[in-house]
Amino acid sequence: MSVINTIFRRELRSYFATPVAYVFIVIFLVLTGMFTFYLGNFFERGQADLLPFFNFHPWLYLFLVPALSMRLWAEERKSGSIELLMTLPVTPWQAVVGKFLAAWAFTLCALVLTFPIWVTVNYLGDPDNGAIVAGYCGSALLAGGFLAIGACISSVTKNQVIAFIISVVICFMFLLAGLPLLLDLFSGWAPQSIVDAIASLSFLTHFNSISKGVIDLRDLVYFGLLIGTFLYANTIVLQLKQAD
Amino acid sequence: MIETDNLSKLFGQLRAVDGLSFTVKPGEVLGFLGPNGAGKSTTMKMLAGFVPPSAGTASICGFDVATQPIETKRRVGYLPEGAPSYPEMTPLGFLDFVGRVRGMSNNSRRGRLEEVIAQLHLESVLHQTIDTLSKGYKRRVGLAQAILHDPEVLILDEPTDGLDPNQKHEVRALINSMAKDKLIIISTHILEEVDAVCNRAMIIAHGKILADDTPEQLKQRAPSGRLDDVFREITGGANA
Repeated sequence: MSVINTIFRRELRSYFATPVAYVFIVIFLVLTGMFTFYLGNFFERGQADLLPFFNFHPWLYLFLVPALSMRLWAEERKSGSIELLMTLPVTPWQAVVGKFLAAWAFTLCALVLTFPIWVTVNYLGDPDNGAIVAGYCGSALLAGGFLAIGACISSVTKNQVIAFIISVVICFMFLLAGLPLLLDLFSGWAPQSIVDAIASLSFLTHFNSISKGVIDLRDLVYFGLLIGTFLYANTIVLQLKQAD
Repeated sequence: MIETDNLSKLFGQLRAVDGLSFTVKPGEVLGFLGPNGAGKSTTMKMLAGFVPPSAGTASICGFDVATQPIETKRRVGYLPEGAPSYPEMTPLGFLDFVGRVRGMSNNSRRGRLEEVIAQLHLESVLHQTIDTLSKGYKRRVGLAQAILHDPEVLILDEPTDGLDPNQKHEVRALINSMAKDKLIIISTHILEEVDAVCNRAMIIAHGKILADDTPEQLKQRAPSGRLDDVFREITGGANA
């Protein structure tokens, strides 16, 4: 545990030692604001809730989270520091979890800094704050899912651009899994059970149900399993890549 | 104690390391010599636990590098080729991180930090980020990281590369001062370094051991009595 904690703290500090942290946070806050007020019609719809705010999170994360995760392992590979890290008495799992938790904690910092919108909506009306908390939980889990995918992809390559693009594509497919756009590719020939299975993998379906204020155990299990699976895959990739 | 038995590494069709079997005992300072691409670095990476062997075994202090990696890594101090580190950190932050990951208690970590910082003359750059340091300082930070936990086994891949003559001299003196109770393996292109610090030299080419002797004995193999000539004679044949 203390090894994970040490790696976690080093990683988190390194975000703030470079401009990455500040650029990410500023862009995230500006874009959430713009989307909520202009595209989401926060004022015009005349309802005291944060749905227009949370609705755009999946699309923001789609680009911002891979930009954050692309450096997790690709940069270590490029600079050679991975050789240093992996020859310290650290298991791959400890390194993977420590790095992932640091990246996740960092995105949570950015998310927490959106609190003015929560203050605003409470000032203007009388929102269901339980639903807003649920929305934040959903958004945090969604970011975690994207990060786990991005971290795993980042460990495959030493090229950060490649890591970014592939992560965006895979995250995009996970987002769209529940929409006709992707399901129609399968519904013509695959049995209904497979189509349903693909639809149930959708980020959007699970995120939307949480962000409406319903925290269902199944949605939590979904994100937990997804994050766990990709982190496990990350450790496997690390070990395989060391072999050659 | 390091023991390898038929240690091999294949990269696709290339046999980077081809059936190395050797034993190194505490008190020995073994110098790996060989042309570029001879398999020196790969052998060191396998001993350090970064690259898994394709065949054969290696054990450090009785623990197998492939099956008990955490145990072997605890006992090894390793300076990878090029002395990589985290450029955005300061030497102090970086060394503290390494000490923590190695599970050193607060007290022993602080004590050892002071010692290695003094031994490698890092006082003046402690609070500067590593990417602003000169090559020589980066190398010394890498060395400090390797000896921080006072390991039984030191594996140093080109420890004096990029240092100026004075710094080279100091690092060699440092290695000599640690040689008595440790087992040290260094790789180098600089043959005079073998004379200065090693009590055993191993010439490797194409992943095979071509010579394994004391530097004095090796020198006598050439009529001139110079290590350069021995090296050229032994490895020149392998390249042809």
